[in-house]
Amino acid sequence: MNKLKTFTIGGVHPHENKLTDQVAIRTLPLPKQLIIPLGQNLGVPPKPIVKKGDEVKTGQLIARGEAFISSNIHAPASGKILKIDDALDASGYRRQAIFLDVTGDEWADDIDTSGTIEREIKLSKSEIVARIKECGLVGLGGATFPTHVKMMIPDGKKAEYLIINGVECEPYLTSDHRMMLEKGDEILVGVSIMMRALDTEKAVIGIENNKPDAIAKLSQLAQSYKGIQIQPLKVKYPQGGEKQLIKACVNREVPSGKLPIEVGCVVSNVGTAFAVYEAVQKNKPLIERVVTITGKNLTHPSNFLVRVGTPISDLIAAAGGMPEDTGKLINGGPMMGKSLSTPDVPVVKGSSGILLLKNEESKRPTPKTCIRCSKCTVVCPMGLEPFLLSKLSKLGLYERAEKEQIMDCIECGSCQFTCPSGLPLLDYLRLGKQKTGQLIRNRK
Amino acid sequence: MSLFTISGSPHVHGEENVKKIMLTVVYAMVPAMLVSIYFFGLDALRVMLIAVGASIFFEYVIQKYLIKGPITITDGSAAVAGILLAFNVPANVPAWMLVAGALVTIGVAKMSFGGLGKNPFNPALVGRVFMLISFPVQMTSWPVAKPLFASHLTDAITGPTALGLLKEGVGAGKTVDQILADPQMPQYLDRLMGNMSGSLGEVSAIALIIGGIFMVIRKVIDWQVPVSIILTVFIMAEIFHLIDPQHYIEPSFHLFSGGLMLGAIFMATDMVSSPMNLSGKIVFGVGIGLITIIIRLWGAYPEGISFAILIMNAFTPLINNAFKPKRFGLVKK
Repeated sequence: MNKLKTFTIGGVHPHENKLTDQVAIRTLPLPKQLIIPLGQNLGVPPKPIVKKGDEVKTGQLIARGEAFISSNIHAPASGKILKIDDALDASGYRRQAIFLDVTGDEWADDIDTSGTIEREIKLSKSEIVARIKECGLVGLGGATFPTHVKMMIPDGKKAEYLIINGVECEPYLTSDHRMMLEKGDEILVGVSIMMRALDTEKAVIGIENNKPDAIAKLSQLAQSYKGIQIQPLKVKYPQGGEKQLIKACVNREVPSGKLPIEVGCVVSNVGTAFAVYEAVQKNKPLIERVVTITGKNLTHPSNFLVRVGTPISDLIAAAGGMPEDTGKLINGGPMMGKSLSTPDVPVVKGSSGILLLKNEESKRPTPKTCIRCSKCTVVCPMGLEPFLLSKLSKLGLYERAEKEQIMDCIECGSCQFTCPSGLPLLDYLRLGKQKTGQLIRNRK
Repeated sequence: MSLFTISGSPHVHGEENVKKIMLTVVYAMVPAMLVSIYFFGLDALRVMLIAVGASIFFEYVIQKYLIKGPITITDGSAAVAGILLAFNVPANVPAWMLVAGALVTIGVAKMSFGGLGKNPFNPALVGRVFMLISFPVQMTSWPVAKPLFASHLTDAITGPTALGLLKEGVGAGKTVDQILADPQMPQYLDRLMGNMSGSLGEVSAIALIIGGIFMVIRKVIDWQVPVSIILTVFIMAEIFHLIDPQHYIEPSFHLFSGGLMLGAIFMATDMVSSPMNLSGKIVFGVGIGLITIIIRLWGAYPEGISFAILIMNAFTPLINNAFKPKRFGLVKK
């Protein structure tokens, strides 16, 4: 096994709480109704191409992404379009969504639904990108950036490394871990496909050392794939951050304000690699994903294979029901996830996990005064000074905040996690980033 | 329907809090406390109790009746300031002077700036320097260390410190050899262990170093500050010792006498009044080391670490502005 690597600046180690890493993925039964938000990708939402009353089959295109940064949406089940209306989604806003009354699970004809593993890659580079676009793939790590756009390398740049994120540094979440264990071959074929699309000889899959079974499994499988290296990493949050992962795996530093391609890297996630496999080898659009449903007082924390549009309340019911003293419902992990006001919102392409926290776990510490201990600075993976940036943001000194590189903040929350005075540092940093961003845009 | 809490991420918090940090500092001071009781007896205990009690009392009274704000004496910072003040005075200092020192420590140096986290100068040092300037006689008549269970009884009740002897000797034109031969001069091992005259907490280098290592391991202080202070003093002392060994004493003498260890490990590392970033901490430490050695070699006072730390405290905001942490993705061109 290779020597453990990691990123060099900052980082914290929250309790891992991986309650579900030994729980095999189960398929959740189809609900009666699916609510499919249109805004599931970063960028412009696609336009619906179905209308009320239309009959659709599983995997049929229902919304087309026309803008450059946009992605298609397909029917996650067969049934009848009930309406196109506003619905509350995980962002907390009411936005346009397609309501589908599920009648069954009849797949469109051109989709291969068999479980056989197709290893041979038949499509060419441009066909792969076209297929990924057609199948509506987005980054499944959470950022939901359209995958086909990522596969298009700007002129004059070369992708030397494809880096695959198998880190899953968020506490509690285990969907990527289970995917690596159960879908290892498919993931590696997916990685090979992306390598072809990118013209890349080398791929590195970074996996944190708390998943020795996944490291062992993929290392063994990777021997029969060309150019794929499994890199065990020391457990440290936020290693799954794009820039931190590149630093950890290939020791390159993405310059401030630039994209990974600047240092010859493209980063994707193991879940996305699996989706690429399904799209390219099976012609299967992205209509389902693995979601971890977890929390210390859930009776059956689980990993479910879920169709997009399934209400989160269904997942909770399947995991043993909503516990009495649930204080917080989080879409994502405890470090970067968003808290939800209600479980009646649908799973989307970017949902990696649902976390339920008990009442006592939901309380923030009472903020005290800053004692200038500099722990926030020590743990900041971007080498920023969170105490200073939050103060500047509080005082409205956004010009100065820009000089102190507030826009480099990746909102990982390590500062606030570690602050002995319990200060809401990231709240102020987010505000400051918003305001500073406005300032920068207005200047143009 | 139950209501869920809505808040920004992160949704979990680490186990650090202010009280834990302060308690760690107190634990780190335990070895030095025990040594002071061993060498100075119940007087040491008396001084520590009065200083801590008075510090907590003044913080409470000021918060309750002057500021009329929240009472934060339970966070432990007043107790830490009290112990540090006690560490900086002779064991036989009169109680009322100590109470006055605690009033300046808490009232002037800490609460008048807004309490914990706001004070630009190390409060205990401000209290100590106030006492030194106001009561020079009492603050410099040091009780002779008298180990518990010691067989020999010494007649002297007070005696000069090693640094005091040095300063006096050099002033009188004596050579280093003559000064070291003085019967009152503590021997090397005594200086290391603390068997000599001095303030309560400063006498035992060993006990202080143990506490310092404990704090570094518990990540309450960074090693850069004490190490850069000690190294600077060592190097400067060595240079002058090499130039004129009969006028300038060897560097180890400087390291293990006076308040250098106490200052470097417990006073200069005060989170509030020291720089935030590692490079800044080194600059801060080197500055303290330089000022200390200048005062010790050529100043009017035998000891200079207190003044050195206070002077560098004043530079802390400037150092913070000038020395930033290493940013991620800062490309060299």
